Amino acid sequence: MNSYQINHLRELENESIFIMREVAAQFENPALLFSGGKDSIVMVHLARKAFWPQRIPFTLAHIDTGHNFEETITFRDKLVEELGARLVVGLVQERIDNGEAVEETGYNASRNLLQTGTLLGTIETYKFDVALGGGRRDEEKARAKERFFSHRDEFGQWDPKNQRPELWNLFNGKMNMGEHFRVFPLSNWTEMDIWQYIYQDDIDLPSLYFTHKRKVFNRDGVLLAWAPFMKLKPTEEIIEMDIRCRTIGDISCTGLTESKANTLVDIIKEIAATRVTERGSRSDDKRSEAAMEDRKKEGYF
Amino acid sequence: MSEFNSDAYLDMQLLRFTTAGSVDDGKSTLIGRLLYDSKSIFEDQLEAVHRDSIRRGNETIDLALLTDGLRAEREQGITIDVAYRYFATPKRKFIIADTPGHIQYTRNMVTGASTANLALILIDARHGVLEQTIRHSFIATLLHIPHLVVCVNKMDLMDYDQITYENIKSDIYKIAGKLKIRDLRFIPISALKGDNVVNTSKNMDWYSGPPLLKLLEEIDITYDRNLDDPRFAVQYVIRPQIEEFHDYRGYAGRISGGWFRPGDQVTVLPSGLQSVVKTVDVFGNSLQGAKVTESVSIQLEDDIDISRGNMIVSRDKQPMVGQNIDLMICWFNEKPLKHGGKYAIKHTTRDVRCIIKEIDYKMDINTLEENTSDKEIKMNDIGRIRIKTTQPLYYDSYTKNRITGSLILIDEATNETVAAGMII
Repeated sequence: MNSYQINHLRELENESIFIMREVAAQFENPALLFSGGKDSIVMVHLARKAFWPQRIPFTLAHIDTGHNFEETITFRDKLVEELGARLVVGLVQERIDNGEAVEETGYNASRNLLQTGTLLGTIETYKFDVALGGGRRDEEKARAKERFFSHRDEFGQWDPKNQRPELWNLFNGKMNMGEHFRVFPLSNWTEMDIWQYIYQDDIDLPSLYFTHKRKVFNRDGVLLAWAPFMKLKPTEEIIEMDIRCRTIGDISCTGLTESKANTLVDIIKEIAATRVTERGSRSDDKRSEAAMEDRKKEGYF
Repeated sequence: MSEFNSDAYLDMQLLRFTTAGSVDDGKSTLIGRLLYDSKSIFEDQLEAVHRDSIRRGNETIDLALLTDGLRAEREQGITIDVAYRYFATPKRKFIIADTPGHIQYTRNMVTGASTANLALILIDARHGVLEQTIRHSFIATLLHIPHLVVCVNKMDLMDYDQITYENIKSDIYKIAGKLKIRDLRFIPISALKGDNVVNTSKNMDWYSGPPLLKLLEEIDITYDRNLDDPRFAVQYVIRPQIEEFHDYRGYAGRISGGWFRPGDQVTVLPSGLQSVVKTVDVFGNSLQGAKVTESVSIQLEDDIDISRGNMIVSRDKQPMVGQNIDLMICWFNEKPLKHGGKYAIKHTTRDVRCIIKEIDYKMDINTLEENTSDKEIKMNDIGRIRIKTTQPLYYDSYTKNRITGSLILIDEATNETVAAGMII
């Protein structure tokens, strides 16, 4: 590659940094949605690059279902301290406690859907006018239709059929009072790009992404982590296995991968050979063909 | 990719292309084949499409279901919006902007074309050049897509006949003359049978060029962007309020033309003040230089008042500066363009307002004729207009620089993006 060319990871990085700077310039009070997963960790890394040597001009917002892997929270708190950033946490439990949300019951109970209410509540409480998310178009077919700058009405709703055309590098963040934007700087990245970039830039990740022993059980072909709040069916048994997370979400819906990969290069090889998408192991997407579209319309991530 | 090689992977380039053609031209089949043969479709995606196809009573797998992401699209069997697809080979990563053939055609194709290096135009070998081929070629040229690849598809249905292919080629050359296409290439293919898509076809030995995927991997895109005229639209001013970097004042932005290197003599617009580039930084590293599309932070030797929307340019290669600007526009909104109307503009990192002074003509994109009698520019129309802006813009013609030569118009009442503009 000669000096006139740019490798594709740098090209994606240039685009994402441009978008983050547009957000800082066009909005008053931006939040960066931080889950502790690899995509949001890459987002934070890009934000640091975009504004160096200044502190990142975004508040980190974590929508917490209460069903976390402990490592995620430890990692989050360490990163926040390093950045000197402001962190706000929206607790799903709080809305359940004061009766604004009702917990699902049954074996597949998950707090995934309840996150939407907490997310919208958090945006309203802190008066965020924009929330940066780590969503990628390659993850899911409804996400493939998402804009970089995605307008939300005063109810936080997404109207996929009536989106603003987005051309060149010109991003229209104009809106009325009470409305907000969701912005997705990683839109054009694929799962492979994310891993390659983590490798290229040597980005620190929670240990959950690497192989470790964990108590798990198999539900309908998906390996789930055992935790005290997980309700087991009579036929399901807890076994200890060598696993790693391919994505990190709420414990109740994060499928685990049996793996011995303990370096980034091992993980990249594994991804290159894999024949299932990373969301293929997320039970939150399996509920229906349009599960993601429906959730997104209501204001999900 | 059997064995992972990090260095090879870091050598990959990114190519963005758009596909044009209607469903019947075999566009979905072609995209499906590129994705499938490059192993970019995963088992669970394929299973889901297979389930859907059966539920709909289709006999074969309908690959369009892979890209039609919205409920309404799947229910009606139409594509409403641009869909982005990704695939990679060991040489390049590709982003496909797949644009629907019928509804909102212009709006979607213009959107997909705005960032593309290359346009794929599909022609059904049985039907030859149709009105829509002219439309597609025109939009690709208007948006100044550097490379145009015409795939003459369904060659298997014409017994792989060379004469059919040559006739279509010469018909395209007739249009190409009118359109001033820069780099035009042809490939005879059968997306269904796989001829000349990934592998060279054994059925058309009279064709000596590369198969499509090889062309996509190898076409030179280095000079697709302007590397000659240094332009840097200031996006954000970095002023860290910390002890260690007390004096740091960096102008953050993405280079919109040429190169910037320490020591370069520059002028700042609109003030006209001159200075010299001190450093070009990325995350604590001072670079020897950076070029168009790179996101950097630039420090100057002199303390000048510079803010978002200002432009740092080369002293001896300055852009045009003016308030009266001629444009080609594509209109996107149900409310037609208003003669004498006022709109907000986004151009580089600037926000200004404008008034529509003149509507010169509306373009008939099927015949390529300029219509000067009907000047009402409605949804999906293309026309030439003149505007006057509240503040001068610093710009280049769109054909010289797609970044400094493009703008969008915004309706101030609804905040909607209503038009794309290309400066003449």
